[in-house]
Amino acid sequence: MTGAGTPIPVMIDVDGLDALIAALAAEGREVLGPVRRDGALVFEPIGAAGELPRGWVDEQSGGHYRLKKEGTAFFGATNGPQGIKRILHTPHQRLWRTEGSGDATEIIPEPLDDTRRAVIGARACDLAAMAVQDRVLMEGTYGDPHYAARRGSLFVVAVNCTRAADTCFCASMNTGPKATAGYDIALTELEGGRFLAVSGSDAGAAMLSGLPSAPASAAEEAQAEEAIEGARDQQRRIDTDGLPQILKTRPDHPRWSEVASRCLNCANCTMVCPTCFCTTVEEVSSLEGPETERVARWASCFTVDFSHIHGGAVRAGAKSRYRQWLTHKLGTWVDQFGELGCVGCGRCISWCPVGIDITEEAAALRREEG
Amino acid sequence: MQAIDSHTDPMVPVIAKVTRVTRDLSDVVTFEMEAEGWRGFAPGQFNMLSVFGVGEIPISISGPQSDSSKIIHTIRDVGPVSHALASLRTGAVLGLRGPYGTPWPVEAAKGRDVVVVAGGLGLAPVRPILYELMENRGDYGKVTLLYGARSPGDILFAEELRQWRSRLDMGVEVTVDRADPSWHGHVGVVTAHLRGADFDPKATTAFICGPEIMMRFTANGLVDLGVAPGDIHLSMERNMQCGIGLCGHCQLGPHFVCKDGPVFDWAVIKPLMRVKEL
Repeated sequence: MTGAGTPIPVMIDVDGLDALIAALAAEGREVLGPVRRDGALVFEPIGAAGELPRGWVDEQSGGHYRLKKEGTAFFGATNGPQGIKRILHTPHQRLWRTEGSGDATEIIPEPLDDTRRAVIGARACDLAAMAVQDRVLMEGTYGDPHYAARRGSLFVVAVNCTRAADTCFCASMNTGPKATAGYDIALTELEGGRFLAVSGSDAGAAMLSGLPSAPASAAEEAQAEEAIEGARDQQRRIDTDGLPQILKTRPDHPRWSEVASRCLNCANCTMVCPTCFCTTVEEVSSLEGPETERVARWASCFTVDFSHIHGGAVRAGAKSRYRQWLTHKLGTWVDQFGELGCVGCGRCISWCPVGIDITEEAAALRREEG
Repeated sequence: MQAIDSHTDPMVPVIAKVTRVTRDLSDVVTFEMEAEGWRGFAPGQFNMLSVFGVGEIPISISGPQSDSSKIIHTIRDVGPVSHALASLRTGAVLGLRGPYGTPWPVEAAKGRDVVVVAGGLGLAPVRPILYELMENRGDYGKVTLLYGARSPGDILFAEELRQWRSRLDMGVEVTVDRADPSWHGHVGVVTAHLRGADFDPKATTAFICGPEIMMRFTANGLVDLGVAPGDIHLSMERNMQCGIGLCGHCQLGPHFVCKDGPVFDWAVIKPLMRVKEL
């Protein structure tokens, strides 16, 4: 938060939302928002509020995700499979390429992405995840300049959740449902296509001041808080108290074998997780000449190759691979980065084909006997 | 030690040129390279080496720290990238990033006895320690090198081992798992020679590099003789795609082997090595 004092909330309507999208585009930004595609919400370029999934909500549970018609809200549906990670830490990133061969070989670094983007509809859990990835990819001795370039120019319009999916557990992770940091503007949707908007940065305040808006009344502020409060009522939770130490000291807990017997090692959880940052580098050679390029792509600790060293994989068994993922998220991440690596978005539950539930596994591992 | 930073992206290598190749064993070569901007390394650190069109792997530096004019690596041909590296001829160009990783705490061993235990190709990552000890021999107490190889034909740096053995200020024992008729030396595991080595356990720093099982037995053997776990240092190996803590592959419990290691002390690593497939 920059600027003086607490930002004053204002009300904007659908025209205001359209004006916001237009103003962001007029700044030369690619504006991304949630749209329906192939039966799920994905972040794609949008040009008007009319492209938002108005009147759709999501239905999520273990191994289950559906969109269905319900109500008239623009932002009624919570998280789709991919959060904003996909925009910043792209699944595929060229790092460099070569030109020439032999003594004339030249290494050409991949230029940084200079597209300025704005994302509309980022949720509190995804902003918490973005902060987690900032620490991993920008705040260490070495960083990822491609991530930093996209991150630095991103304008974030957060949307506070006013309903929770059955898989959500952000409340117990203290990351949501209200966005508290990482946004330029935060919206809370009220009935009738009205949005309570607050700025979270100077850029956000400047943007808001240029939009058609009205001061928010005390009643509207109260309505917004009440709506967010409704999303706090969540079915799932993780008791994180002392959990990192418990997980790290129970590598032989019988539950690891039990969950491994259900886990398909498909890597879906890692592909939808908004904090998972692992990458593998690949060499892509030209068929036409000696040129080659190095590409980083998302990797998953659920694959056998992930831990391969000569002689074989370190984590050859499904049990050890599931244990690595969960212990990292809810345990060793704290040693590495000073915080948990889970934000409670619940995606790994919905997108697990066999419905393995991280909240249930964490609770079972907390019990001595599984 | 600063890594080469001619690019803002630490994943972008610089060009290095092979200036000399020596075949050590049928499947092991040592090569020297030059690279603009190379500012030296500390013993125990590694570089990420790229063969264009093939890939990139971490390789520890096996040359002397005191000579920063060249970069020396010893490579066993075990996979696609190491095969390509082992096939490079003088004049070939490759990609170089580094040096990365925590070094062996050699300086901290000054005034103390030093025990170096290596198995197989593990002699390469500890060779910079031995160079340092030899170059500043007066700064250290008794020095012991115990080296184990699979067979007489697998003994790495055989000529240097002979030179070190002939020194009066250093104890060197070489053992093989399987002897042949030409072999008149020790047969068996390297840990069998810990007890006979001349060092004061209370004032000894140990450096171990080799297969994990060999390092585990050696560290436990040293502890049994009275060496403090915090004075026993070993170098771990894991899959590495970046070498700088960003790719996630090398995690070992709470540690990134690439940046928190590869050198760890036994007090830290023992509880982690106890867990299968961690």
